[in-house]
Amino acid sequence: MAKNSALDDDCTGGSPGARTISAPEVAAALPKFENSSAQERKYTTCYMCACRCGIEVTMENGQPRFIRGNPRHPINQGVLCAKGNAGIMKQLSPGKLRNPLMRRPGSERGEGVFVEVSWEHALDVLTERLAEIRRTDPNRLAYFTGRDQMQALTGLWAQQFGTLNWAAHGGFCSVNMAAAGLYTTGQSFWEFADPDWEHTRYFLLWGVAEDHASNPLKIGIEKLKRRGAKFVAVNPVRTGYQAVADEWLPIRPGTDGMLALAFCHVLLSRNQIDWSFLGRYTNASFLVVQNPGHSDDGLIARNDDGEPLAWDPQAKAPVSGMSVDAERALFGEYTLPDGRSVKTVMSLVAERYLDEGYSPEAASKVCGIPAADIERIALEMAHVAFKESIEIPCEWTDWAGRKHDRFIGRPVSMHAMRGISAHSNGFQTCRALHLLQIFLGSVDVPGGHRAKPPYPRQTPPPIRPAKASAPSEPLASPPLGFPTGPEDLAIDEAGNPLRIDKAYSWDAPLANHGLMHMVITNAVNGDPYPIDTLLLFMANMAWNSSMNTGSVREMLVSKDEQGEYRLPFLVVVDAFHSETVNFADLVLPDTTYLERYDTISLLDRPISEPDAVCDAIRAPIMEPDRNVRPWQDVMVELGARLGLPAFIDDDNKPRYEGYTDFITRYEKAPGIGFLAGWRGEDGDTPMRGAPNPDQWDRYIENEGFFQYHLPEHMRFYRFANRDYLEWARDVGFNPTAEPIIMEIYSEPLQRFRLAGQGLYDGPCPTRADQKERLVHHFDPLPAYFPLVSKTDESAYPLHAVTQRPMHMYHSWDSQNAWLRQITAQNFLFMNRARAESMDLQDDDWVWVTSSNGRIRVQIRLMEGCQTDTVWTWNAIGKQGGNWGLSEDAPEVKRGFLLNHLIPELLGSAEEGRMQSNSDPVTGQAAWYDLRVRIEKADPEEPAESWPQFSATQRPPGLEAGPDRLRYHTHEPVRINRTLRDILTRK
Amino acid sequence: MRLGLVIDMDTCVGCQACVVACKQWNSSGTLGPLTDYHAYADDPSGVAFNRVRSYEVGDYPHSKTVNMPMSCLHCDTAECVTVCPTGASYKREEDGIVLVDQDKCMGCNLCAWACPYGARELDDSTGVMKKCTLCVDRIYDESLPENDRQPACVLTCPTHARFFGDFDDPDSKVSRLVRDRGGQQPMAELGYNPVNRYLPPRPKAQAEQADTEAKPLQERLREWADMSIAP
Repeated sequence: MAKNSALDDDCTGGSPGARTISAPEVAAALPKFENSSAQERKYTTCYMCACRCGIEVTMENGQPRFIRGNPRHPINQGVLCAKGNAGIMKQLSPGKLRNPLMRRPGSERGEGVFVEVSWEHALDVLTERLAEIRRTDPNRLAYFTGRDQMQALTGLWAQQFGTLNWAAHGGFCSVNMAAAGLYTTGQSFWEFADPDWEHTRYFLLWGVAEDHASNPLKIGIEKLKRRGAKFVAVNPVRTGYQAVADEWLPIRPGTDGMLALAFCHVLLSRNQIDWSFLGRYTNASFLVVQNPGHSDDGLIARNDDGEPLAWDPQAKAPVSGMSVDAERALFGEYTLPDGRSVKTVMSLVAERYLDEGYSPEAASKVCGIPAADIERIALEMAHVAFKESIEIPCEWTDWAGRKHDRFIGRPVSMHAMRGISAHSNGFQTCRALHLLQIFLGSVDVPGGHRAKPPYPRQTPPPIRPAKASAPSEPLASPPLGFPTGPEDLAIDEAGNPLRIDKAYSWDAPLANHGLMHMVITNAVNGDPYPIDTLLLFMANMAWNSSMNTGSVREMLVSKDEQGEYRLPFLVVVDAFHSETVNFADLVLPDTTYLERYDTISLLDRPISEPDAVCDAIRAPIMEPDRNVRPWQDVMVELGARLGLPAFIDDDNKPRYEGYTDFITRYEKAPGIGFLAGWRGEDGDTPMRGAPNPDQWDRYIENEGFFQYHLPEHMRFYRFANRDYLEWARDVGFNPTAEPIIMEIYSEPLQRFRLAGQGLYDGPCPTRADQKERLVHHFDPLPAYFPLVSKTDESAYPLHAVTQRPMHMYHSWDSQNAWLRQITAQNFLFMNRARAESMDLQDDDWVWVTSSNGRIRVQIRLMEGCQTDTVWTWNAIGKQGGNWGLSEDAPEVKRGFLLNHLIPELLGSAEEGRMQSNSDPVTGQAAWYDLRVRIEKADPEEPAESWPQFSATQRPPGLEAGPDRLRYHTHEPVRINRTLRDILTRK
Repeated sequence: MRLGLVIDMDTCVGCQACVVACKQWNSSGTLGPLTDYHAYADDPSGVAFNRVRSYEVGDYPHSKTVNMPMSCLHCDTAECVTVCPTGASYKREEDGIVLVDQDKCMGCNLCAWACPYGARELDDSTGVMKKCTLCVDRIYDESLPENDRQPACVLTCPTHARFFGDFDDPDSKVSRLVRDRGGQQPMAELGYNPVNRYLPPRPKAQAEQADTEAKPLQERLREWADMSIAP
């Protein structure tokens, strides 16, 4: 097994080095503390956040003694965060659900009054309901999953069921990053690619608080510090990782796109561009038709074979942009033989970003960063990229057959997340970051931003979203995909959305992860249509995962004129008594992460490293002590009960015995299954091969993970690396071995813009607001836009954003007896000087008002906060009675949600149609667009947060947690000091 | 032997991993259990041997967050030992670890008052004092792989900001780090002579700037007019 442990490295934290402490005489004098014969070490994958670290769990007497990072695991290399270390308290939570529950007949939804039912009864009820939906109109089932890591399975299930209405939580998390990356470079941040921690010399961290990706990022940052690489943090708040940054740029929220493009301006004006990279690997040389007012305006000129055209300056004629024989001009305006005028992408790029509108001075006014700093940092990046280049000797061949004897590296790298994605301009901001990377030539090169297989993928991957559903039929394609033009939208002939969340409609054309945050609002409003059943898995939509939480809670219980719930049936699948469980008609209790099988699959959200394809499993460490079932197993059973073709055999009998059997035998394509390790009947065919009946055992033997190390010549330039591309095709990552051309200029975006202009040769919107959004936001070049919500800045002068503390990232099932000792109340943090100018002090209670409502919260003052920004920890606030918490817990009485202030709909009904509070391109929830004002609360008011919600009842079977906890798995073995020692020594 | 920790303030991001790893290991360790009070109610707290304190230094926008994990520093001049009336509090001769004999402690709190670092915590459930043991129940356990015979806080630290070793051995990693990076004793002026050391932040990384002239759009476009990509 490969040794991954960072602790093995002599320069890092662990190894104590030469020492003499294992001197037997010292050890011999001590008692035996641990009865290792009564202990067993097992390996699985953490599920406390989305990092998916490998863990070693020491079990003793049926209980977890110690959970630690697995030193051999590629993701965390032995380390583990605070939350992962608190797994025992998650397992012990009194908020664990114990039995299937149904809303007590006669009780009102939301009262949280339940009766326990058997699994058989629960699944009979659900099967009957879902079968009727599938027989009539499958879209009346909406199935949305929260922070699960099994989207490949839930997506398959939804596709088989035949509903378009499926997505996971990406629409309210980071779809802007994923979409911008996949439409630009074929990779993105986090799961898609990582900074080259081993080689990078300059690192920019954009909009990352203390989260994604938790442990890998911390491991990487330490490597930078050790090597003396410069670390620049771009963030309105200086907490978390920014604590150790060499330089902090306290940026005004939502303006990062302007900063990135100002960097691009400086690089252009100083001619600090990797021209060869641009020319070879991007569409910089492609010709763009200049024909305003016509359907081809702004599209890439193409030959009869559909290949993009470039200009051959020698022949003075167009040539295929993919030609490997001809010279291609990077700049210029030309006339095609058919008389059309064209310009190269690069000419458009230079004209756009060399404009003074993107100068450091202009950007400074927007971002609040001094122009001189913008200029300096751009030039520092340029110096590192071009004067401190790296060359790794290695023979490789590019897609055109050209031989190379080295990998040239530009050691500038970046990481970006929520602070970029959670704004309504996030898609274009993320495109701007990728443009900056492309200018520097730092995409998948040594020292730069390295792709992690199965990425890079085509820009975008050739998968189109499903558009049609029919009774009793699976969808012809997956519900989610990558539109390249208006004809790919999921809309009807009148242009109305086909999906409940309006993904892939004119409102959010590239909503590649759906818009989970709009499902309840849309379903209850019957806009675009009502549904029957909403199935939520692991999503706290009645609390911290919804905008406008109070209103959403009212919607969940709202009834029509006939007295029927507007959302007729709500099924909640969760392991814990979350706030959303209270609103369920049917509750299906899930297992904890220590009690289940799972796959961390390449078909899903991969965990590969740049040099190795990786996947992993969870295997049960302990048996549940409750009447709970893993949701994967239940889904496989429900699939068979409903007769979904993938889950039944030719005799209409269940095809699989359960989840593990499904994983072993299911093939997405011949030889490709959920797990890539130990395929083939004998387990000797990694990546692609026949199902292996012993595959689970082989994973368990290998401590729960699989790695396939790429040969050295396939580790860089993979977008153009022939051997890699052919291998990636062969193992099923990409459908072809064609090179991945980075799209500086995005033709798909231009097609939508043409539709907005009414010029597109295909579907076009008719509504004025939709036209305007397409024309404005679907800029084919990366652009900076002010935020969509046009809030009156004088009435609401402050930006308000949230983040998660490192010890509580992610928010899911976040109640934990150990972690809440560190944070049980969130405060609203403000810049000290700004607060003092408003006569505010630490611990004052204030009213925070937005266009959507107001909340009462307690404030704390700090230095490391941009002056126009306030922020808080998300999802610390809880409803009393949930999660096993008492009614007087600080989370309940003093904690709060900022969500109440965030509208999910913008505009007003009077003005016309309302739009979701989302990025107009992707539908990404614009959590961080919020603006507020702050006023001191009356001292007579109670010192508690507002609004308060009445405490919920504990579901049957759940008991209050103990007031005092004294967890231990064995009686302590004490060391006693000898009397002689006391008497003879001070 | 003089065992202790080196903590790197250049890389500590205040993530609390060491705090919870310590809590976890020691719950079933030699001084366990570590009682949690009001586990699911108001005012949650509990016994912990290691806590991270975070401070801001400097004024906006030149402020910086400094994270300072703090556990027993296993002082050479351990006043907590001197003041103990029962002999429960002691510093081991073999390795310098400061421990509390749970059977001899009467919970008088004198040691906690004597400790300027706030490193001792009385467990209300047993009425006795508890503190960092340097995972004495791990570091000598020969059933563990040698690299695992380290305190839980060191093993888990995601930014490798914690190091364990023998300060009497001039070639140990902790000794070398202290020499190379100027490891400091916190509040050395008090004279307790702590064994644990803190590494100050490294000097800020600097980068050179590219040295080319800025030119406006039209000039650049003229320069670039003939630029092309060779086959």
